[in-house]
Amino acid sequence: MHDTTMSDASSDPRPFTAGDSSQGGQPAVDFRDIDIAYGKFMAVKDFSLSIAKGSFVTLLGPSGCGKTTILRSLAGLVDITTGQISIGGRRVDDVPIYKRNIGLVFQNYALFPHKSVFDNVAFGLKYRSVPKSEIAAKVTKALEMVRLPGSEKKLPAQLSGGQQQRIALARAIIFEPEVLLMDEPLSALDANMREDMRVEIKKIQKETGITAIFVTHDQEEALSMSDQIVVMNAGRIEQIGTPQQVYDEPATGFVANFLGKANMLPGTVSAADSSGATVALECGSDVKVAAPRALAKGDGVTVVVRPQKLSVTSGADGNRLAGRIVSASYLGGSAVYEIDIAGSIVRANSAIEGKPLAEGDAVEAGFEPHDCILLDAQGRRIA
Amino acid sequence: MTLVRTKFTVRAEMKMGESSERMNTATRRWKLYDTRLAWALVAPAVLLLFFLLILPILMMAVYTFFTFVTAGVESATLTLANWQEFFTDSYYHGFLLKTARIGATTAFICAVVGYFPAYFIWATNFKHKWLLLLLLIVPFWISFIIRTFSWINILGQQGVINVTLLKLGIISEPLPMLYTEGAVVMGLIHFLLPYMILNVYVSLESIDRTLIDAARSMGCTNAQAFREVTLPLSLPGLGAGLLLCFVLAAGSYVTPQLLGGSRDALFGNLIYDTIMGQLNWPMGATLSIVLFVLLGLVAAAYSRYVGLSQIVKGLSA
Repeated sequence: MHDTTMSDASSDPRPFTAGDSSQGGQPAVDFRDIDIAYGKFMAVKDFSLSIAKGSFVTLLGPSGCGKTTILRSLAGLVDITTGQISIGGRRVDDVPIYKRNIGLVFQNYALFPHKSVFDNVAFGLKYRSVPKSEIAAKVTKALEMVRLPGSEKKLPAQLSGGQQQRIALARAIIFEPEVLLMDEPLSALDANMREDMRVEIKKIQKETGITAIFVTHDQEEALSMSDQIVVMNAGRIEQIGTPQQVYDEPATGFVANFLGKANMLPGTVSAADSSGATVALECGSDVKVAAPRALAKGDGVTVVVRPQKLSVTSGADGNRLAGRIVSASYLGGSAVYEIDIAGSIVRANSAIEGKPLAEGDAVEAGFEPHDCILLDAQGRRIA
Repeated sequence: MTLVRTKFTVRAEMKMGESSERMNTATRRWKLYDTRLAWALVAPAVLLLFFLLILPILMMAVYTFFTFVTAGVESATLTLANWQEFFTDSYYHGFLLKTARIGATTAFICAVVGYFPAYFIWATNFKHKWLLLLLLIVPFWISFIIRTFSWINILGQQGVINVTLLKLGIISEPLPMLYTEGAVVMGLIHFLLPYMILNVYVSLESIDRTLIDAARSMGCTNAQAFREVTLPLSLPGLGAGLLLCFVLAAGSYVTPQLLGGSRDALFGNLIYDTIMGQLNWPMGATLSIVLFVLLGLVAAAYSRYVGLSQIVKGLSA
């Protein structure tokens, strides 16, 4: 698998590419060396990203990481400080928002409360001089697409949150914009609705073939919907990759921790050869890990183990860490345990065999040498 | 106008739906207040309102049926004569029409002139917005009557404008500005403009700014986004301002008294003259009730279409 890390990027002058760019040639959206400053605060630093036509790209990160700022800069709602932005090969840095031809979906829906559903959805067409007869047909079609046919005469306040967001989606795609931008569109919805909308948005995006950029802080949304995920932290890109890449091969400790709450076990290399190494963990145990290159003895490393890879069932081979369960959450087929291993707490998400373990039970948490990720002292991935 | 009205209605309905829903959930679980304590706490206000406002108005209403004997003397013999006089004498109707016209003119000018400062205060990136709002309230610190008197020093024969123009040789004799209808309208605007600006401002402040971003992203220039989003959504505030300005202007008495000539008297001055000049209390009471009912009807009509809560919001800004 292709490994995209920050260190790769710095040796490679080409910008990151998200999505399969082999088919389109011209990227749908191209950010080049973007800096965005609010006064002295740098919201975004050195952001370069190329997005292929028709792909679904998610900007993922904690609040304040700059993901929304990037989206707003593409929309023309925020001025970039340096760099350039192109949509379909056309530079848009100085193009006013109303000429950029982008569809925007907001977290709070932003439907016009004084206009009917019809007038809301038809809004973009009205400003593109589409004839009236055509507008009516298109609105009908768009409402069918978001599964709200016949709601033309209703007012936004008469619709539920999920329905409002579907109208907002119809409104944003009806005029066939070059890019569809969605800023945390699901955060205001309740959990059940959110999952339905996830599927629906993805389906509509595939049907229309529109290039979509989706901003979220929710890893599940990102993993389930995206062709490519751009993980951001503190105004910078941490990693770009497919959902599987960013989850299975996190480039940095931040990515490993942000996606899936991995256990981070710091330690030092105590022995190494060409195929692997032994790490003396700070919590006292020695573990064996696989390493693609020889590590120097005494190197500081962090062993990252996902809760799903940490097994508490007896008879697991490989590395074993003795500890005591401090909390147990029963989830049906599996359980999440918090285990105290010589003072550091690790989480294990383990299948239940027989009786679930209880608080205070002594356990051995085990994982295989190849089921962990190794980070160097700077938090970058070694293996 | 019909268009505007439907929009107002829509807004009002939405609000009512919202608040009733909220109230249901609040009352179903627990009461926000203890009933007896609530009555005890509102009792002073209710008593004051009853004895100082409702009771006097009721007494005035009764007075309208009393018989006027001679200046300062009336008898409790019930009669419809006062009402008959009001309904048949076009002298009173003329006053009513003039009062309505001046009230409407004042409210309209306030709306046109006041919208822009409200918009500016709302739209500015200036850090100390509160300072701009404070400036709007500063005039209230000086007595309204003193502020009205100050116009005499500006518009009068020996006022600033006339003296300056005379000294510059632009005019050879003073312009007759004071004691005209123009002076009255000017004085009323001076008095009422802050109310209009605050009402419009509050209404603008309640607009979700992402709506404007949304409109722009779909192809609206700034001017078009204003027409499609900002203006229609600020109409309730504009309407509240219009109502407030109209009612206060139409009910004014001091401003026309001080700045208007005898021809510029409004209905309020007519009432004053009837009661204090002619000492005809039954007729004065009749005219007072007429003005009270008519302005009440205007407010009720407004409340029907927009909701009076908008005004309360504007006043508490």
